[in-house]
Amino acid sequence: MTRADRGSGFGVLGSGSGTRRASIRDRRGSRLPCPEPRRRGPAPAVAIAVCLVICALATLSGAQTAPPLPRRIVSLVPSVTETLFAMGAGSRVTAVSSYDNFPPDVAALPRVGALFDPDVERILSLRPDLVIVYGSQTDLMARLGRASIPLYVYRHGSLADVAIGIRDLGARIGMADAGRTLAATIETAFADIRARLKGASRPRTMLVIGREPGSLRAINVSGGFGFLHDLVELAGGANVFGDVKRESMLVSTETVLARKPDVIIELHYSEPPLPDALTRDRATWQQLPGVPAVKAGRVYLLYGGELVVPGPRVVLTAQTFARALHPDLMPWGK
Amino acid sequence: MTDGSALAGATVRRRLLVWVPIFGAVAFLAVIGAPLIGTTPIRLARVFDRSLPFADNVDAQIFFIARLPRALAGALVGATLAAAGVVFQALLRNPLATPFTLGVSAGSALGAMLAITFRLHLSFWGVSAVTAASFIGSIGAVAIVYALARARHRGFSTNVLLLAGVTLNSFFSALILFVQYLADSSEAMRTMRWLMGDLDVAGFGPIVASLPLCAVAFVAFAWLPRALNLLSLDADAAASRGVNVLRVQRVAFFSASMATGAAVSLGGPIGFIGIIVPHLVRLIVGADHRVVLPAAALFGAAFLVACDVIARTAMAPVEVPVGIITALIGGPFFLWLLVRQR
Repeated sequence: MTRADRGSGFGVLGSGSGTRRASIRDRRGSRLPCPEPRRRGPAPAVAIAVCLVICALATLSGAQTAPPLPRRIVSLVPSVTETLFAMGAGSRVTAVSSYDNFPPDVAALPRVGALFDPDVERILSLRPDLVIVYGSQTDLMARLGRASIPLYVYRHGSLADVAIGIRDLGARIGMADAGRTLAATIETAFADIRARLKGASRPRTMLVIGREPGSLRAINVSGGFGFLHDLVELAGGANVFGDVKRESMLVSTETVLARKPDVIIELHYSEPPLPDALTRDRATWQQLPGVPAVKAGRVYLLYGGELVVPGPRVVLTAQTFARALHPDLMPWGK
Repeated sequence: MTDGSALAGATVRRRLLVWVPIFGAVAFLAVIGAPLIGTTPIRLARVFDRSLPFADNVDAQIFFIARLPRALAGALVGATLAAAGVVFQALLRNPLATPFTLGVSAGSALGAMLAITFRLHLSFWGVSAVTAASFIGSIGAVAIVYALARARHRGFSTNVLLLAGVTLNSFFSALILFVQYLADSSEAMRTMRWLMGDLDVAGFGPIVASLPLCAVAFVAFAWLPRALNLLSLDADAAASRGVNVLRVQRVAFFSASMATGAAVSLGGPIGFIGIIVPHLVRLIVGADHRVVLPAAALFGAAFLVACDVIARTAMAPVEVPVGIITALIGGPFFLWLLVRQR
């Protein structure tokens, strides 16, 4: 592998193809112009000196910004852990957060805390060459920065950001091709869902991401921002709270009655309960008989840890949502 | 406090006759008016239109399922916390005492946290496991505090009661943090939300469930005022005037604690009501408990119902936790009153 094609090329000096002119490749691999050595002018010695300085700088910057490929990765973000495994980089994952539970391989890996309680000592003791942190973990970033440990900073974004993030991560760990392939798979699956649902009606959908079990108190729903909202829209629904530019919000029973959702999808991040408990919990919505979704029996309780993880399994979530919203167009068997 | 404990009977009667109807009217108007206010326009004619089936009448559903239970829950919780605040301040002879001072709310919160974290899915006629667990937690806290207050004294030491309560509060708070820490992030969010108070009870079940305990407590409160007047000055003086101090203390402690437990399990630990309302009412009607207690209960009901209207309309369709509203309104208002009084 040459330096120029080593993945993302972090400011690596490449040779100009067919010309003597130098160029610098930026993060995306495209060339940036570089000062051209003067052809005329002072003594050749100066030109040689300038070239030497440029070469020295290039060597230095190369050493700083293109570290060796990470082989001991610590991931504090479950969605990134899943992505790493899905790209085939699972063997390089050395430790994960305490919230990680997928894929099953992570069960054997050491745990180093999570979003609010990262165990810095344990992270350092594992001698990682890349730590994946969440964007809000500024203290952790500062401490790991002092130890000169390379970081990859991740933040949840929109649904489109899932594929973008996967490509970026692939490039960062030297698996750009795997990243591109995985991202393309996800985008193809999304396109397939869009194609199937093209022209279909868009039922008014309320996505419930939490409430008090056994009652309709503290109903937490997805607002019109974030990947869960995007999933509803992708799956052919119209989020009844799409006008509220928040990721999540608490709503009252009055608001639920007033917004009249045709479909209610409720996410539970646990294993499904026993059938009678499930029936009982679903029947809780009967307290609001005027809601069209309740009247039509279109309240779906979905169970599974993957539902709120914006990783590669987001495709499964999108398909599940689409089946709930459009059972005629997206049969459950497929 | 503007005057002594025992006013002349005529003065008390006059104040009772003036202020209690006024506060009663305010509370009544709040409970009747609150269901009419909201972000969704509803027509009263349609609400009470019997010709429409209830399942198809969204206006009636908004009125009877969403708004009226909230107003009633707010009135019950507000009245209970305000009255319990008055009783605790007299019992502990401490103007800073609140219904939450003796650890009842912390015990209640711990119960709710455990139910949320361990995902208890049981529910009985609209009363969820969280509500039931929070009430059990409050009973546990009351029992521990009472046992501690009795342990070293043959009587009933209010000093030990206060110290035990404050310590238990801190201890339970630490346990709550520990349980929250063990919970995953979505449950931690829910526990945090519970601690901010919520009156959207979605039906009459939870109100009916907490009503008997509150009713019993209010019967006890009706019996207490005269004794509390004497007790809030000095226990020995009260005893010399023929008050059975131990019995009064016990009744006051248990009735106020049980009422607080029922209120917190219904609406969450909504702060400030139990301290602001009693003081505010005292500034208006004087310190005699025969007037303060009913006036505080009525004004507490009106105040919380009004705060809840703000909670559900201020940022609609986003719901603001009512505990935040009571604190935001109550705190500065109370400080302003204090400054103005001097």
